[in-house]
Amino acid sequence: MSIQQSDVEKIAHLARLEVSAEQAQRLTKDLSNILDLVDQLQAAKTDGIAPMAHPMDAEQRLRADTVTETNQRDALQSVAPAVENGLYLVPKVIE
Amino acid sequence: MQWETVIGLEIHVQLATKSKIFSGSSTTFGAEPNTQASAVDLAMPGMLPVANEQAFRYAIMFGLAIDAEINKRSVFERKNYFYPDLPKGYQTTQLAEPIVGAGHVDVQLSDGSSKRIRIHHAHLEEDAGKSLHEDFHGMSGIDLNRAGTPLIEIVTEPDMRNSEEAVACARKLHAIVTSLGICDGEMAQGSMRFDVNVSVRPKGEDKLGTRTETKNLNSFRFMERAIKLEVERQIELIEDGGSVTQETRLYDGDKHFSRAMRSKEEANDYRYFPCPDLLPVVFDDDYIARIKADLPELPDNRQARFIEQYGLSLYDASILSAEANMASFFEAVVKACDDAKLAANWILGELSARLNSEEQSVSASKISAVQLAALIKRIKDNTLSSAGAKKVFEALWNGENNDVDAIIEANGLKQVSDTGALEKLVDEVLAGLPDQIAQYQEADEKKRKKLMGGFMGPLMKASKGQGNPKLFTEILIRKLGE
Repeated sequence: MSIQQSDVEKIAHLARLEVSAEQAQRLTKDLSNILDLVDQLQAAKTDGIAPMAHPMDAEQRLRADTVTETNQRDALQSVAPAVENGLYLVPKVIE
Repeated sequence: MQWETVIGLEIHVQLATKSKIFSGSSTTFGAEPNTQASAVDLAMPGMLPVANEQAFRYAIMFGLAIDAEINKRSVFERKNYFYPDLPKGYQTTQLAEPIVGAGHVDVQLSDGSSKRIRIHHAHLEEDAGKSLHEDFHGMSGIDLNRAGTPLIEIVTEPDMRNSEEAVACARKLHAIVTSLGICDGEMAQGSMRFDVNVSVRPKGEDKLGTRTETKNLNSFRFMERAIKLEVERQIELIEDGGSVTQETRLYDGDKHFSRAMRSKEEANDYRYFPCPDLLPVVFDDDYIARIKADLPELPDNRQARFIEQYGLSLYDASILSAEANMASFFEAVVKACDDAKLAANWILGELSARLNSEEQSVSASKISAVQLAALIKRIKDNTLSSAGAKKVFEALWNGENNDVDAIIEANGLKQVSDTGALEKLVDEVLAGLPDQIAQYQEADEKKRKKLMGGFMGPLMKASKGQGNPKLFTEILIRKLGE
């Protein structure tokens, strides 16, 4: 096991994802398998090779600075659980 | 013990693009909530970012203006954290490979010296939305119009040693970004926001003390006061045997009070990694050279030009040249009235006083450059006395009328400069003041000057305040000397 269940619980908390103990146990196993695969890749010699930022060896295309979006608030808010005065409402988050 | 303060700044500058950095949503300030938040800004499933070239162009302009190295290849990374005004769950930003490398700015201090502040780097990133916490039945309201607005975050080295240097650096950066036209500089609207890192250490000590970060200061005045408050707090804490905790603090400018934000145990666990949705962005030397060739005039160059071209003092030139809006207002007035000295006096005097008292920048001036120039022309051609000019300024500012000549006409402010008419008035007034004339003629030169007031009062009254005081004085001296 390359990671512990406590790591999974911590990451889930950082992303505000609720996972049950049972799910966390399963995820720990799955994620560990993935990380073990990565560990195998780590064995490859990469000295002197610059890390890639992206698997595709290509450059970003850029767009011109023009406004192309229109106001779609009503449509987008129709799927929101709670809205008021045009605002999305969420559980209170103030410190 | 003698203490030394060490200050570093992180400055968020909203770029003046029309659309957002990764979507085609508008960035106009003050729109109805969420009317400028598209599916991309809301992080709806399947949405992909498409980067805005203008944001890069602006960032490169800034880099060139601070003499920095431009990284021809830059990479976006994801900074992961949870907050409802960040719908994706991460901020797209740059870390290891920012667009702008190390540079510097030179700032002028009040003792006449100048100091170089090093810039560590500047990177491109997206702004978050806004959370409103009041009065939503115990819930928070989220407005995502600002989400995705392009920012450059400028990070300085810890080179500043007191609040004056920090504010001078902040003002200089404000002047640079507004002169470049890459930011509107409207601090009250959050277009430029300052985070201040402060630590103290015993004088002579090389090791830095533990720092705190005071976030989101949006005026120079609050910045100065927040730094002073934090320095006092840290010194007091250490002298009382305590130690400074590394933490983020919030400053309440209205109450002049700061407090620590609740510290999170997982603070700064951002799990950065290169954003798989965006490829590296690459520019060639030609692209950068073309931007450099088109760079607008920078504040330092403009200040030198104002002294040279308009004969302004260093002080006047420094104030008029710092902000692009102020500089172009000044030059528009000069162009229309052809008198740099009067233009500078009126802008730095009457106009600045008005703007300051209303806490507005020159872009919100209720008097246009053309109007001010028209007013100055009427001073130059002797139509207006300085008292009359102030009245016209009032009327223009209050919007009573927008035409200078119409205001002069309506309020009878036209100075009478017809020598014949003035002479006649002087004769009439003098005829009623034989004793004063005798007194004047017996007096010596010094005393005579004082006695002039005794004639001027009745003369101004007789002319209903419209006589040209300069001409009155000339005529009086001549007549009384006869």
